[in-house]
This record gives sequence, structure tokens and C-alpha cells, in this order.
Amino acid sequence: MTKMFIAGVLALVVGPLCVSVQALTIEITEGQETGMPIAVVPFQFQGQQRPSEDIRQIVSANLYRSGRFLSLAPDNFLRHPTSHDQVRFRDWRLIKAEALVIGRVKQVNDGYEVSFRLYDVYKQKQLAGYIFTVGSGSREIRQIAHRISDYIYEALTGVPGVFDTQIAYVTTEGSGNNKLYQLKVAQSDGHHDQTVLETSYPVLSPAWAPDGKHLAYVSFGDDKRGATIWLQNLYCQNCKREKLLEERVSSPAWSPDGRRLAVTLYRNGNSDIYIIEISTRRLRRLTKHPGIDTEASWSPNGRHLVFTSNRSGRPQIYRISAAGGRAERLTKVGRENLNASYSPDGKQLVMVTKQGNKYQIGVFYVDSRELEILTDPSAVESPTFSPNGAMIMFATQKGGKGVLVAVSADGERQNILRVHQGEVREPAWSSRKQ
Amino acid sequence: MQRIFHFTLVLLLSVVLVGCAANKKKAAADVEDSSVNVQSDSTLQGLSSDDSDSGQTLTTTDNTLDLDDPLGTRVIYFEFDSNALTPEAQRIVEAHAEYLARNPGMAVVLEGHGDERGTREYNLALGERRANAVADLFQMMGVMSDAVRSISYGEERPVAMEHDESAWSLNRRVEILY
Repeated sequence: MTKMFIAGVLALVVGPLCVSVQALTIEITEGQETGMPIAVVPFQFQGQQRPSEDIRQIVSANLYRSGRFLSLAPDNFLRHPTSHDQVRFRDWRLIKAEALVIGRVKQVNDGYEVSFRLYDVYKQKQLAGYIFTVGSGSREIRQIAHRISDYIYEALTGVPGVFDTQIAYVTTEGSGNNKLYQLKVAQSDGHHDQTVLETSYPVLSPAWAPDGKHLAYVSFGDDKRGATIWLQNLYCQNCKREKLLEERVSSPAWSPDGRRLAVTLYRNGNSDIYIIEISTRRLRRLTKHPGIDTEASWSPNGRHLVFTSNRSGRPQIYRISAAGGRAERLTKVGRENLNASYSPDGKQLVMVTKQGNKYQIGVFYVDSRELEILTDPSAVESPTFSPNGAMIMFATQKGGKGVLVAVSADGERQNILRVHQGEVREPAWSSRKQ
Repeated sequence: MQRIFHFTLVLLLSVVLVGCAANKKKAAADVEDSSVNVQSDSTLQGLSSDDSDSGQTLTTTDNTLDLDDPLGTRVIYFEFDSNALTPEAQRIVEAHAEYLARNPGMAVVLEGHGDERGTREYNLALGERRANAVADLFQMMGVMSDAVRSISYGEERPVAMEHDESAWSLNRRVEILY
């Protein structure tokens, strides 16, 4: 599984095998100290060789970063229970914890057995409990910590967690003729990043297929023919990446069933949206307007696409049926609106909006047509919902360098993801659990 | 009063492969700076928008390059969010079109670019339009379409890196590359 993934990705890197030194670090800045107080007790360890990762710390940090929880400090815990019969709920009511997590890590054979239990402190009952077997690698152990975080998050909020997910993004280093681009994939907290592509040509618009295995992206070749879309299976050891079409095409967006891509084709001096059937490469034209039509994105039920068009003068968001027909303008507020994509429940769009002179991230309610501004004005682009709709990630500049920001839907927590050297941009958030 | 709480998690990947650094692809210089040999043309017809008839004949001597010569200008600029040719741009494009129409063996690449504002995909389409605006004028003036190739880099290849209008105005361009 994960070993194949590592092998498959490394085999596809252009050039020699390269372990990335561009670690993506995450930094949390938050406004208010709100959230459900949760106590994650240090896990008991049985064995000789401790795991290379601190599961308790990862779980605690994940929950805190989501904006829904306040992770209480272990120094304040009266006791450190590690089994069900050791739990005294009174200890936890005293420090105002509403939820409690205990766990164990036991060394076995080539790895570990990891178990945890989640309790509702006030109802005094267990809400969840699981046991996993995992290898000893750091990546796998972190992944288990993310899965545990997801179980806890969902049990307490009713919303699926997105800790055990991947993000794809583009980093750049250097400038001018020495600029180097990398297309990378990492765990949701930026750890264990791997390079999918390294090139001196621009890379844009990574897009995950619904299966979480395939990535589409735009890159330029040295054939001076311009932007083109590549498809890559990150989990296939011997597969090469494939070009989608032998002509200029960009802005890939996967249909919810994973069988088609909406793309922007540049034909006859025009940029229009087409739908391409991946298995046959058959094209169907969706927009026919002489203006710029680009940045298509599918609704979760596959029935509509939203896209950016400047047919009324400046770029605005339009919606069209996937079967074709008339495009309806959605955005009436704002001088420009671009790069829209749906929330997982189909009720909102996140987009880049220009109200005054600067660009901001806006959330557009499809039914009421209201636009809510989410960020302060700055250079923002490529916003995307997290797979559970609870967070929005986008690219911006901080301190003159490109960074990614993940903000919880209520604005309570803001996480900044940066690379040590260079800049990061173009986030894409996959929903697939590994 | 908001309390900003700063909490940093740092990951260090410890491995640096020397092979990585040594084998990084050399960035190709995309813009080939091959200049047209103006000296070989003893007669050039400069077209000015003020001239109603065939205009002047410009002669270049061997060692001088007439900087007012629109053929010596290889970049034209655009207004924000526009692919319309300004009168100045039109003058330059027409000069190149004339030259190309008279020299059917020459081929040219038109690179369209935009400033960083807006989104990358939108700017990719805008750069394409700008290059096409030039290509369309070329075609209208008799240049063979297979002598012309258009390519857009959107906002990805700026010449000026600052985040202000003076930089942006330099980046909204089409480069005419022989």
C-alpha cells in the first residue's frame, strides 16, 4: 500500500531519485481560544523500541488545528489512565475536559499494535475504540495518528475528519532562468512530502481525481508548444505519466465519477470549456462564447459546472448544465470573481473576489446568491474547500513569500503552511483515505 | 482583545542527497535572444499610423541600429485585463508583419504574458489572447500562418518582480521572438 505508493512516486520523478528537502512546515495562528476541551492522555508503550512518532502529540495537534477543539496540556492531568478500568471521569470533569482519549502502543513483530478509546466525560461513556496494526515507518505511524484523529473528530462533531488526507501543491525555488518548480504531495499536516515532478518549467493547477490516486496538472514542455495537461497515477509503480491531448489545454477539473475532465482548450484564438471523456479522449464543447471561458469546476452531483468568464466585460462566475446549454451568471457583487469551486455539500462556492482594488477569498451561497468575504485583502488565489467542507485552503503571500493558508470555516483557526526555501502555491486537497 | 497564540510544529527532513543538487535540471532560457540582422536589409518600410500613403523608406547603414525603428522593438504592452492593441503596439506589430510578409522564410514565436493579478488560469487565457491579437494582425497583413506560433505563459514568466503597477505594466506584454 504505502510502500507501493512511495516506490511509484519515486519512480516517476523526472531525473534521479531525489528525497525532497523542501519540508512543508505548519504554523498555527488563531484568534480565540474556543473549542471543545479535550484531553488526549499520553499513550502507554509496551516494548523495546519506541515508535519514531508521538501519536498523542499528533492527535492533539490535529484536533487543535481544526479549530473545533482545545487540546488540554498533559501537565494538568491528575492521572494518566491507559486502560478502560483506569478511567475516573471525576478527574476529567475537574479539569473541565469534555472528551477524553486514552491509548496504547504495543510493539509486535515488525511494527506496532495501536489502540485508543474515546470517552464522553459528562455522559461517562465510551464513544469509540479501535485497534490497528501498523509497520514501524514514520509515515505509517503518522498516518495511524491521523486516522485516530479522524475517528475522534467525527464522533464528536458528526462531520468526517480530514486528517488522513493528502494535499498536492507546487513549490518554487530561485527566480528568473534558474527557477525550479516541484509538484509535491504530502500528508494533510505537511509531513512526508514527496516530489511528483521537478522541472524548470511552470507547473499549475494540480487536481486530484475522486479516487485520490490520479493527479492531473498543467505543465509546459520544452517543445515550446505551451501549456498542456498531464495525468499521473501516483500509486502505479511502472506507469508513466500521460499527456491528455496533443494540443494546448489547461485548467483540468475531474467529474465526480472520475470519468471525465472539464478543460480549457485554446482553439481558433478562443479559450473555451470542453468536456473530455478520459477513456476515449472524445471531446464535447461546453462553451461557445468568444470571451475567455476557463476554470471550470463540477458540482458534487455532477449536474452543473461553474466557470470563470469575462463575457460581460470582467471575469465573473457562471453556471452551466453539464449537458450544455445556456450559461447563467451567478456573481453580481464584486468587480471580478474568479476560480470558483463547490463545497462538498454543493451549497456554497469558494472563490477569489475583487471588491475594491484587491483580491479576497469569498464564500458564495448558491441559493441566496450572497457573498461573504473570508479574508483580508491581499494577493490570494486558488481557494479550495477541504473534503469535509469544514476548512478552506488557499495560496497567498506572507512576508513577500508564497504560503498556503488553511482557515476553519468559522475563521477561528488559521494555519499557515510554508516551505523552508522558496515558495508554495496551488493547493489541491484529496479526499481519499489511504 | 484577540490573543494571538503562536504554536509552531517543525519538521526536518534530514536527508540531503548530493545527487539531488547535482542533477537538478538546468533551467532552459526560454527566450531565445536571436536578433534579426537588420544590417542585411538596406531598405525598410516603416509604417506609421499618421501616414496615409506608403510612407518613408528607411535605410540602415551597416553599423547603426535605428532605435526608432519599430522592427527593433520586440515587446508590445497592454492595458490591464485587455488584449486590445494600443496604437503604439499596432505600429510595432505592423512593422513586423511587413517584414515577415516580405521574408517568407522567417518564422516567429509570439509569447503572451500577463501581470500577477487575478488567477493563474485566467492569466494563461489572457496571455493567449494577447498573442492571438498580434497573430491575427499578422495574418491580416499577409503573413503565412505557419510562420507564426503563439504561446502563452500567463503570469508565470514576469520580467519585473515587484508588486506594483510599474512592474505589472511591464509584465502585460507580448514578446515577438525570431
